[in-house]
Formats: sequence, structure tokens, C-alpha cells
Amino acid sequence: MQKLQDIAVRVEATDGLPLNHANATPIMHEILHALRKLVAQGEPTTIDLQAIPFGPGDEDDLLDLLGSGEIIVELNSLGSSIIRESAYSGVWIVDHRNADDQRIALHIEIAQVPMIIQSQSEDMADALHRLEDQLNLNRTEIAGPRPE
Amino acid sequence: MADELKRFTQTLGESLRERGVSRRGFLKFCTATASMMALPPSMVPAVAAALEQARRPSVIWLSFQECTGCTESLTRSHSPTVESLIFDHISLDYHHTLQAAAGEAAEAAREAAMQENEGKYLVVVDGSIPLANPGFSTIAGVSNLQMLEETVAGAAAVIAVGTCAAFGGLPHAKPNPTGAVAVSDIVHNKPVVNVSGCPPIPTVITGVLAHFLTFGALPELDALGRPMVFFGQSIHDRCYRRPFYDKGLFAESFDDEGARKGWCLYRLGCKGPMTYNACATTKWNQGTSWPVESGHGCLGCSEPNFWDTGGFYNALSIPESDITRSVGVLAAAGVAVGAAAGVLHRSKRANAAAKHEKVTIDDLDKTS
Repeated sequence: MQKLQDIAVRVEATDGLPLNHANATPIMHEILHALRKLVAQGEPTTIDLQAIPFGPGDEDDLLDLLGSGEIIVELNSLGSSIIRESAYSGVWIVDHRNADDQRIALHIEIAQVPMIIQSQSEDMADALHRLEDQLNLNRTEIAGPRPE
Repeated sequence: MADELKRFTQTLGESLRERGVSRRGFLKFCTATASMMALPPSMVPAVAAALEQARRPSVIWLSFQECTGCTESLTRSHSPTVESLIFDHISLDYHHTLQAAAGEAAEAAREAAMQENEGKYLVVVDGSIPLANPGFSTIAGVSNLQMLEETVAGAAAVIAVGTCAAFGGLPHAKPNPTGAVAVSDIVHNKPVVNVSGCPPIPTVITGVLAHFLTFGALPELDALGRPMVFFGQSIHDRCYRRPFYDKGLFAESFDDEGARKGWCLYRLGCKGPMTYNACATTKWNQGTSWPVESGHGCLGCSEPNFWDTGGFYNALSIPESDITRSVGVLAAAGVAVGAAAGVLHRSKRANAAAKHEKVTIDDLDKTS
């Protein structure tokens, strides 16, 4: 079945006007402030783009302004997520999709490494035990809560 | 039986892990859930901690005088998604449109859920309740009023889904032949959350359920009993076309230069200034678009009496006086203009409602 996003409907700009509503620039300023905070204090920020009232063309405009950096990571869990560094180091575009490739969240994360990329302690504890089992070794005691 | 019991006693975290979802997947789930609940991304760790321990609440869904559009909205939302995962983690014990059981078996399921979860279950209602004659709407021979009162008695809270349940909606429109009333007109001793809209945005429905699932409590409500996170700001204040309103650039018909350039639809009947909902940010059809983005003004469907406000294309939003002259001196202060326009419209709305004006096909072509 054809998906909604596959239907080629698009808004066209008229009279040479740019196809956006100039909402990308304020977000770029917000990103600038967040990047300053990250550089000066190491404090990360996440901006949820689904909470921003974008008009047609604004999101594309913002993503064009951010550009592409050196790293693209694909996460495969509950559907695919693409985590892409922008042309500005420390500014990441985190695009979460469900199993039908429909977007469920779009974040701009201003951080050294997005939280979702980092290995999670629960998964590492589970991995340690699986590896020990495979090598027929005794399981290491792990402090704190971990999966059954 | 043991599996069934486990399903009910497991926390959401345990259940997801058992299904092979990694911690990263769980965090992704929490990120999308926080976004759906309109919570800031900084709340994701708190959402994760709460959802990890969340247990399946029992939900009884009652459908009264309604068109099933609210259920359609919810079930036609993208799937499989966070919404469907949320639905995996509530126990929907009664929904007469969706459940396979019918007749006595269906009613027995409702009664059993009420008994087993006394004081803890949620009741979701779509549709208004007719008071003029109980026979206007019955389920298994039980009137809507009786079923609502009986079901709500042991509930933790009631969620009125859709404008019919929240404010009476279309059945309540003049002359209201069935004597339709809202849930809040009947239920006074339990918390009632109004999730209005015709239909409501599916993620707003699940957002409220997710809030209860996550925090075990209902979200903060506005004066009309609607969750502030979704209904806290007007369509107008969150509209991407708002800068055109502030500059006085309006579409005057649906095919003029202003319409093509995406200018403000205020003069074509947009009810955005007096309507509170999340359409401008959440959007519809998997975030594809929403009415204003598609070139049509907001109908104000999440507000009380929206059917009786004098026509979708004129009455309220095409003021008799020249809006730009009346409030134009304040043009630099957009918010003030919005407030002034709101006052104008409230008085026009009362007039229109009193006169019960009808829209004709000619009205669709009218400009100010």
C-alpha cells in the first residue's frame, strides 16, 4: 500500500518567494546558545522539533542550514533511527522512526555524543553475562539493578 | 493462566525487555512518549524511570451518542507505533466497537473489570449522553446515563474523549433534540479530563493515557478541564501563518493571491484565535499537515458549541467592523491585537449562537 508520505503533494513557492516561513533562523539562534553552553560548561541541550510550529519548508530549511558532518549512525530498535552529526560539531540531528518508517520524534541534540548512542549500563551488564556464558566462565557480580 | 497473570503483574520495563527490546530501544520509546506528552526532552530520564515501573491500568471505553470518529482517529493513527505500544500496556477491558465479545459476554467483561480494579480503573467516554429520553441511546438495553453512572462509581478518573463527550458536541447543537449533555454535566465526584476535538488528535488521546500510565496521575487541566500541555495555547498563537496576521496580510478568498502565498486565513473564517488545541505543532496524519497548512481555516472543533457559532466561513471571523481599523493601531503588539480580536469575536459568537445563523453555499464565496 502506498504510504502517505509517498504521495507527491508539495507546496510551491510563488513569485520567487522562498518556500519557508523563516522559522528556521530563530531555531539556529537557539542552537547557537545551546552550543555556547556546551562549549563553556559542558551542559547538553535537546530541542524537540515536533513542539515547534513549523510551516511548509521550515524543517527542510533548518536541516539545510545545519548541513551534514562526518558521522551518521543507524540505530535499529523499535524501527530505525538515524543519528547524524550536522556540519557544526556537537550539533546532532536525531530522527526516530517506527517499524513503518514513520517519524515518531525529531530532535536536535547539542552534546558531545547523543544519549541514545551511548551504551546503556543495563545492556552492558546483560552483554557481560552473555559473553561469560559463551566462554563458560562464572558470572561477574554487578552492583545495582540489572535485567533478569 | 500463568502467562495471563504475568502479563498483568509485569512492569512495562519487564514486559519490553522480555520482548527483546534493548535499553536503547526503551529510551527511544521514552523519548517518543515524552514528545507525545508534550514534555520537554529533559524529562526523558524521569519518564524512563516512571515507565520502567509502570503497571497496566484497566481501561473501560464507553461509546454513547457518537459517530465513532474518535475511535477511528485513534485506531487509524500510525501503527505500529508508540501509541500501539502504549495500548499494549493498558488493559482495554471493554470497548464495544473494538471487542470481539458481544451481548452478555461483553457486559460481563465490563462488570468483571470494574470489580477487579475497583477504585483504580480509567473510564474513557466518547459521545454525549441524552437526557430527554433514555431510549434514545442504549447499550444492551441499559441507558447511557445509567451505564455511565454505574461504571464511573468505582473509577479512578474519567477521560471524556471528543467534543461530544467533553461539551455535548454535535448532538448538543441546537435544537438539541435528544437533550444531549457532556460527561462533566453528570459526573461531579470524580476527576474528569476533557480531550476535546472532532475528532481529537490521536496522539493527544494517547498522550493523556500515557501521562496516567507514566505518572499515575492526571495532567494539569485548563478552565475547561482540558490538559494544559495540549490545550494551553491557542491555534492562532502557535500558527506558522501568525506573522501574516501581525502584518495585516490576509487571504480574502480561497483562490486569491493571499491564499496562494499562504497568508492568514482569519478573514475566511479561521477560528484559530479562539480555539485551543495542539494541531499547529502535533499536526495530523503522522505529522504531515493540518487544516491551516492545507489552506483551510480552523473550525474551532475543540471548543464548546462550535456547531452553533454562526458558520465556519463567516460569522465569527469576518467582523462587521473593519478589524484592522478597530484594532489596527495596536498592530505592532501582535498579542494585544489577538486579545482585542478575541473580545470582538466572543461578542459576535454570542450573537451568532443566539440567532443560530446558518451557512449557505453563497457564504462560501463571501469575502469581507
